[in-house]
Amino acid sequence: MTYVKNRLRRTMMFVPGNNPAMIKDAGIYGADSIMLDLEDSVSLTEKDAARMLVYEAIKTVDFGGAEVVVRVNGQDTPFYDEDVRAMVKAGVDVIRLPKTESAAMIQKLVKDMEAAETEFGIEKGSIGVMAAIESAQGVLHAPEIAASTPLMMGLAVSGEDYTADMHTHRYPDGEELRFARNMVLNSARAAGVYAFDTVFSNMKDTEGFYRETNYIHELGFDGKSLVNPRQIPMVNEVFKPTKAEIAQAKNVQNAIREAKAKGSGVISLNGKMVDKPVVEKAERVLATAKASNLIDEEGNYLGE
Amino acid sequence: MEVKTTGVAGTLESSDIQITISKNASGIVIDLESEVKKAYGDQIESVIKDTLTKYGLANCKVKAVDKGALDCVIKARTLAAAQRATETSDKPDLEVL
Repeated sequence: MTYVKNRLRRTMMFVPGNNPAMIKDAGIYGADSIMLDLEDSVSLTEKDAARMLVYEAIKTVDFGGAEVVVRVNGQDTPFYDEDVRAMVKAGVDVIRLPKTESAAMIQKLVKDMEAAETEFGIEKGSIGVMAAIESAQGVLHAPEIAASTPLMMGLAVSGEDYTADMHTHRYPDGEELRFARNMVLNSARAAGVYAFDTVFSNMKDTEGFYRETNYIHELGFDGKSLVNPRQIPMVNEVFKPTKAEIAQAKNVQNAIREAKAKGSGVISLNGKMVDKPVVEKAERVLATAKASNLIDEEGNYLGE
Repeated sequence: MEVKTTGVAGTLESSDIQITISKNASGIVIDLESEVKKAYGDQIESVIKDTLTKYGLANCKVKAVDKGALDCVIKARTLAAAQRATETSDKPDLEVL
């Protein structure tokens, strides 16, 4: 497995690290990223066993092309060092650090990963990192955390711990997370990394899930953390580009092609200049459209 | 490496295998319980034996209760039980993996 900085990451599905049945099937649901968890979903007495299970799974289980992320235990636990060593040796794509509160914590993680890479003869920088922002400290330091290393893949808001730290709890309207979400998202964008929203754990409240997913999509998040595979198609539905967006993206691509053919450095579309953010948006729209089976390899529209 | 205590890892849930490692005077003795023993018994036992040998355990008794575990799960649970039996869970030998 190799870490790719830029890829589609609409869905990040959490999978408990000590559950062989769930790990074995994790790849069949079409999640963009799978997060194998060594932290909160594993009891204190099973940390060592989960570490071995996740290690062997990364080595052998087919995760269906999904990116594989492992959430290690926090730096304040006795499990952190061995978690990092084992996951580096296993060759995971991304290591996620829980309860990140400063750039120094991420830099320590990167240093520990480098030490393990040297120990096991693995190429340096072949594994990405991501930070879970779960406290007021983390939110206030999000800009420096996002920019703390070139290996940073993204930031994720963790709603449960954060709201507890803020002396509140989750509300249906999400008002309690408003500052954290925008802080994390702006920090991620400023540093050019990905931003993920928190989990929505009430599986019975489909309407609430759609409301929250639409809201974070509107804000500009790249994806959402999930605890149940049933939520994957729901998120993909929300993140699916419209027919008009796809047509616009194709026009942008054609304009680029035309400009290149003419040898022109300036790209224009309908009299407006096409600059870098527009090109990047077009690429993102087409990649998402392809993943949603809305266009074929040649870019022909397949939706109704 | 020596078995210092009885080490158990894994559960009796579907797709898992529970491995119990205890002291034995000489050699590796495996007692396997599995619904697929007829078809996969030899394979399961050889994965357990290979894993223990790699971890440096030559003498131990193994009780294995299989619930349809994949090879990677058998390996992981054997390793975890071996680490617990040899009291090396805090600083496991990753070179052997």
